Amino acid sequence: MATAAAAADHHYTTTGLNSRKMLFWTFLGSECMFFGSLISTYLVYKNHSTTGPYPHEVLNIPLTSISAFVLLMSSLTMVLALAGVQRDRIGQAKLWLAATAFLGMIFIGNQVYEFHHFVTSEGLTLQKNLFGASFFVLTGFHGAHVTVGVIWLLSLLIMAFSGKLSSKNSLDVEIAGLYWHFVDIVWIGIFTLIYLIQ
Amino acid sequence: MTSVAVPAPHVAAAAHAKTGLWSWITTVDHKRIGILYFVTAFIFFLAGGIEATMMRIQLAAPNATFVDARTFNALFTMHGTTMVFLALMPLSAAFFNFVVPLQLGARDVAFPRLNAFSYWVFLLGGLFLNSSWLFKAAPDTGWFGYANLTSKTFSPGHAVDFWMLGLQILGIASLAAAFNFIVTILNLRAPGMTFMRMPIFCWMTLVTSFLIILAFPVITVALVLLMFDRFTGTSFFVPAGGGDPVLWQHLFWIFGHPEVYILILPAMGIVSEVLPTFSRKPLFGYPFVVYSGLFIGILGFGVWSHHMFSVGLGPIADSVFAITTMLIAIPTGVKIFNWIATLWGGHIRPTTAFHFAVGFIAMFILGGLSGIEHASPPADLQQTDTYFVVAHFHYVLFGGTILGIFAGIYYWFPKVTGRLLSEGLGKIHFWLTMLGFNLTFFPMHLLGLWGMPRRIYTYDKGLGFDTLNLVCTIGAFVLVISTLVFIVNMLKSIRGGKPSGPDPWDARTIEWSIPSPPPEYNFAEIPTIEHRDDLWERKRSGKGPYPQPANAHVHMPNPSYWPLVTAIGILLFFIGLMLSIYLAIFGFVFTAFGIYRWAFEPAG
Repeated sequence: MATAAAAADHHYTTTGLNSRKMLFWTFLGSECMFFGSLISTYLVYKNHSTTGPYPHEVLNIPLTSISAFVLLMSSLTMVLALAGVQRDRIGQAKLWLAATAFLGMIFIGNQVYEFHHFVTSEGLTLQKNLFGASFFVLTGFHGAHVTVGVIWLLSLLIMAFSGKLSSKNSLDVEIAGLYWHFVDIVWIGIFTLIYLIQ
Repeated sequence: MTSVAVPAPHVAAAAHAKTGLWSWITTVDHKRIGILYFVTAFIFFLAGGIEATMMRIQLAAPNATFVDARTFNALFTMHGTTMVFLALMPLSAAFFNFVVPLQLGARDVAFPRLNAFSYWVFLLGGLFLNSSWLFKAAPDTGWFGYANLTSKTFSPGHAVDFWMLGLQILGIASLAAAFNFIVTILNLRAPGMTFMRMPIFCWMTLVTSFLIILAFPVITVALVLLMFDRFTGTSFFVPAGGGDPVLWQHLFWIFGHPEVYILILPAMGIVSEVLPTFSRKPLFGYPFVVYSGLFIGILGFGVWSHHMFSVGLGPIADSVFAITTMLIAIPTGVKIFNWIATLWGGHIRPTTAFHFAVGFIAMFILGGLSGIEHASPPADLQQTDTYFVVAHFHYVLFGGTILGIFAGIYYWFPKVTGRLLSEGLGKIHFWLTMLGFNLTFFPMHLLGLWGMPRRIYTYDKGLGFDTLNLVCTIGAFVLVISTLVFIVNMLKSIRGGKPSGPDPWDARTIEWSIPSPPPEYNFAEIPTIEHRDDLWERKRSGKGPYPQPANAHVHMPNPSYWPLVTAIGILLFFIGLMLSIYLAIFGFVFTAFGIYRWAFEPAG
């Protein structure tokens, strides 16, 4: 406790771990059960649709591979953004935060295109069959998570531009990063189970 | 963010309003939030009790017409939902809030504003759910809301909407509180308080919180799917569209069975504090009680299908779930034997709290014995959907949880108010409760085995059900009287009870080392813990009280109204889902606004 002013942000805790970070890990544990239940629902209803279109008719693996790659790369830029903040290289942090948000937006843009294409060209809607319902609800919730993440990143970017971001509150960026990586990992699961293993 | 703050000049706390409505609306003090939880949950408990009493009046005699079938359905649905989500869980949360930081030697929970947020969301969710009565749209599909009775086809109107949206709101409150208590217990223990020196009540709170964060997301998903079915016309649970109503049952009970332990483990924690204090002995086999609690929590996720034996999942699934269910009897039995061994050879002081704790053991054993019977699928197929099951879970949830909570109320009331509850009225309350409880619920075992089904609003003459149903109803009225005695006791004792002093029970854990009621900052100096039951060891070793600085200046977190604002946003969002998408969008933006202001507000 007596070390320095920098330590004042990090109150004594029994485990030595920061409480906010711990809170966020428990939240992510909860999110695992949330997405686990949604993915299970999708898998339980796989091949149960009484009418088409069916997954193999509509899912576009090459296009989604690109957007999955984009999302994976955004985890890299997120790591770079955090490294920048921790070293007080705020210019670098701004660049990589913006890049992460931008890559996230590309992912969402692709999902919007995909949903729009399914509804208008393929005739796959929420109500059409169980595949449509479980696909849209699962990927829609994931997309909503990415959207929240983008808004969070943009908020951090605004903080950076107004001079409120430094190594002292790098934890703010670190926690946003935990969320971002989590959402990324969930997509790896969804992409594998829904797109690749049809 | 954390509140174990370095003693610092007394700046912010001086500016806080100490009394008045605004001070309660903006409070982030865990003790006040605990009191708010208690008062709110107790009022919902009375509402659930009134619903139960109305059902018992209807069933007192054959072919009665006190309420009609539709109302009866609403009564048992709201009784179950209210008791589980609005009474028992938040009554436990009241103890988590008030007691856990004090037992840990903390100044507050890890996230005081998040704690206030949990309370406000709970309050608004409870009011939302119960407002359905005003619109004559009380949910009537049972507390488990089985598909496809909840579909738009079979439940048009808003009754099911109130139920599913209400549960979503309440789920947010429970999750937020559980995250908070996990971090509080892991991170805010006083120096020296290792896990194995931690009071059992904190242990059980920790296990319960983990159950909540892992079980609630599952019902959230189930309710989300139901919302899509009802609001957008999907077919998740509609067989005509290929959906499977059994999926609902799986998702509901994957949540629902851990929920049973979410309800009982806190009461087990309370009893594990009360019994050693009044036996003047350490808890027998402390590590066994801890590990049994953990074991119950883990196994609780592997038994859900015993609620679904009558679905016909096949012999393999039925056998597996029968075995896991029977396994749970082992850690539960371990706990019961440990409690009994704690009493053995102790210098027992038979206070009211002690009476309720012993009552808990006896009644919980009966509930466990009937439970182990329907762990066996063939027996369960005879018993399911009969009053035998109603008897079973009331022995567990009333005879278990409620008696445990009463034990906790009598035990910690002096810490909260600085005054003792009347022991005389307390004993009357206890014996009337035991009499009324057994009169109400014991005959239900027989009624169930004789074939009386659950959830029927009336029955015909000459089936042999008449006498025992009348007995049950008489028992219910005895319970009403016992509750009135308890209310009188509370109201009298708050003003005129005997002053308790800091440690009226010669107790064992450190919450009894500070004044009653505790100061806002709890501990002027955080004690250093050297033993399990540290206060007791300290008193016995003649070390004297914990050192206290002469002049305590403690920096406390600022009050905040953003938790309430955010909670209102969430309520508006969910009402909007039912009524108008514009209101939902407004609620969403409102919530986001609240979160932003909250995030950038100085926590103090």
